[in-house]
Amino acid sequence: MLGIMGYWDRLSARPGDAPELKVSIEDGSPNFRIELLRLICGDDGPEGPGFKAESIASEINGVRRGGRQPIPAGSYVHIPNLHSIRGDAVTLAALVMPTWVGKQARQCILSRQHRSSKGIALMVSASGCGGLWVHDGQNEAFVTCNAAMRENAWYLLVASFRASDRNVRILQRPVGGHHRMEPDATEDRSVDVQMPSLPAGAALIAARHDPAHGIVDHFDGKIEAPALYVGASANDRLSGLSHPFDIDLPAIGGWDFSRHIGSADIADVSGNGSHGRCINLPARAVTNHAWRGQTVDWRTRPDLYAAIHFHCDDLEDCAWRTDVTWQVPADIRSGVYAARLTTEAGGEDLVPLFVLPPKGKSTAPLAFLASTFTYLAYANSHHGYEDPLSEPAYGALLVLDRTDLFLKDRRDLGVSLYDRHRDGSGSCYSSAKRPILNMRPKRRIWNFNADLHIVDWLEASGISYDIVTDDVLNEEGADLLSQYRCVMTGSHPEYYSARMLDAVEEWLGTGGRLIYMGGNGFYWKVATHPAYPGVIEVRRGEAGTRCFEMPPGERHHQFDGEFGGLWRSNGRAPQRLVGVGFVAEGFDSCHWYERTAASRDPRAAFIFAGMGGENRIGDFGVLGGAAGLELDAADAALGTPAHALVLARSAGHSNVYLVTVEEMVSTHPAVDGLDNPLVRAELVFFETPSGGAVFATGSIAWAASLCHDGCRNNVAQITGNVVRRFLDPAPFALTEKS
Amino acid sequence: MDKLCQDVARLAQEFRARPYGRHSADLQRVLNRMRSEPFSGRYVLVREHKGLPYRLGRLGSTPADPISYTGDTFQTLEDAEWTVFRLRWRKLFGTDLPVE
Repeated sequence: MLGIMGYWDRLSARPGDAPELKVSIEDGSPNFRIELLRLICGDDGPEGPGFKAESIASEINGVRRGGRQPIPAGSYVHIPNLHSIRGDAVTLAALVMPTWVGKQARQCILSRQHRSSKGIALMVSASGCGGLWVHDGQNEAFVTCNAAMRENAWYLLVASFRASDRNVRILQRPVGGHHRMEPDATEDRSVDVQMPSLPAGAALIAARHDPAHGIVDHFDGKIEAPALYVGASANDRLSGLSHPFDIDLPAIGGWDFSRHIGSADIADVSGNGSHGRCINLPARAVTNHAWRGQTVDWRTRPDLYAAIHFHCDDLEDCAWRTDVTWQVPADIRSGVYAARLTTEAGGEDLVPLFVLPPKGKSTAPLAFLASTFTYLAYANSHHGYEDPLSEPAYGALLVLDRTDLFLKDRRDLGVSLYDRHRDGSGSCYSSAKRPILNMRPKRRIWNFNADLHIVDWLEASGISYDIVTDDVLNEEGADLLSQYRCVMTGSHPEYYSARMLDAVEEWLGTGGRLIYMGGNGFYWKVATHPAYPGVIEVRRGEAGTRCFEMPPGERHHQFDGEFGGLWRSNGRAPQRLVGVGFVAEGFDSCHWYERTAASRDPRAAFIFAGMGGENRIGDFGVLGGAAGLELDAADAALGTPAHALVLARSAGHSNVYLVTVEEMVSTHPAVDGLDNPLVRAELVFFETPSGGAVFATGSIAWAASLCHDGCRNNVAQITGNVVRRFLDPAPFALTEKS
Repeated sequence: MDKLCQDVARLAQEFRARPYGRHSADLQRVLNRMRSEPFSGRYVLVREHKGLPYRLGRLGSTPADPISYTGDTFQTLEDAEWTVFRLRWRKLFGTDLPVE
């Protein structure tokens, strides 16, 4: 168990901002201590440089009272003001596609419950049968049909309660195709409850608000066209019914999810104005019961996307109370800061916050671009130990640490873009408004903690730098980069929005110098939305190394409607931007580079200055070598500039280094590091027409070799040579390749 | 699979000497089989703090199930890999490895 955890209300801040820190004490301690740190190195492993941080004097430091804060995971629609439900009869209906019948728990489709416990709800039973739950304040009844729904199949559910004869009637009808696999299931039964006369008030779709226990009975699956009516139809009126909106009764509410798909808004089309709002990011822009491949773009036929997919482990915002507000001082240096939270019982969490310089200013000509969108994509990932393919892909036994065990037990902390939800469907949103327990120092050498190796090397080398971030780049575009002569990426800048790519391209076009310090960069396309700050959306499609793919027809983003997936699939392969792109990965061991003849080109002389006759680069480091984990290589067909120099190429990769799937149009046996020459990282340099340049390492492991032997090594030498030249204002000359 | 294992001792010694990195084709085929075991009961290692030994455990039938520990602990990953290699060998081929 982790004794304490927290999150800032944003990933990045600037001097003058007032980020809010939210804390939950999990070990029962009444108080916690906070200490502000500036992080330098997070690698406290036996082979690493050790944990390094500078304690920062701040008014927020000290002991504070605190407590445990709950996490309201699970998505639903909140309808704040449903009209009253009175009279002799009421009918509830919806199209539903359950995706986790094996959950063995009641799941709610549509509910209205008063604080007196009176309520009515369209439900799915623990055994998967559609039914109606009624509570009159004294007694309750739950009537279901006797046939379980199949997972991933659509059904029309209609349930009526008639007070005059206390009759409940259920219809569960398979829909979605003329070739029906099963008959209608029905139930017609008397119950010992009265009509729960309900005043106007809140209703929920995909969950129920229990007066004693809060939001419960989350539904996993798709819902379309939920509706409530006054009265109950005669049986013969239901015989040809296939859609809830075709019920010929006075409507209390009816919600058309094909409206406002790009937002959280839910439209009541009954005329009663009981509009609602999605909570915790259920998946929108998903296909409905009638989708047959007529289109794959929800913007062209929103009627075929009139469904929402709800999950019990969706989470947008923990919504914790604020424990500390930090007024970021005007004179603070830019850096990677963290609130160190501790309890008397031994709990500790280090909650990072990236502090940029004031907007429109820089304090150094070099910026380190922290990959906050990548950190977000992997936030609280479970996939390493939930995906059976992990061990063969890693080529090593899985190792779970304390945080993994905690996350394994705490699904309420939400999932990453690498995880499947509990119902097996892939996750396409990730939010920063929660503790992100793998964006921490002292954890694995991966993403955030790996990037601190670069910060450590910059500090050790005495090179001044500012911190900038993906999320601010996404907001401010090229204006952010225009403050800098040189920008270094992190080790794994994998997730990019169109605005970020545009910004980097635009800045390079004005003479910017980019050092791509990693591998598998500029790979997946990200969408963001102004109404969802701190949230990214990714729709994994037909290509790319991925843990799942979104279902057919669901590969356009909800947030902006664009086709998602790989940037390569969108005509913007990374090779066009940085000369290299993802080709292979493997995780059992890391290796080295050998210099090529092109490295002797006079254009590259500055890169290898001081190296003498050494041919081998990076056969050392915390990970065992500078070429490893995820590898990128040049490819003229995908856009590597013709004049780019391939300076070095990695070697020695093992059997579990495999060519990525988008490099193969058909499977074949020669895909590993022994058999396939594509399995390689390439060190690439090229100049731009505007006097700028790009240097790419093509390997995630590069950064982990920087600080080897007190930073006296050829990876650090090369990186330092490149940084110094890239900071020199003298323009690069664009020369034709000899 | 029997044909693959004509030189059992050689494969085992190769793995014992070098659990990570390049392997012979025969050893890699055995490892692919071993590491493709189903989720339920899959061997994993747990180490809650750096410096503590690695504990061998097995996953349950679903990701939500708790890990059950075998009682084996290891100071190094290489020792853990070797133990699991032997356990899986017995399961795959029905015999103990003829090497320690």
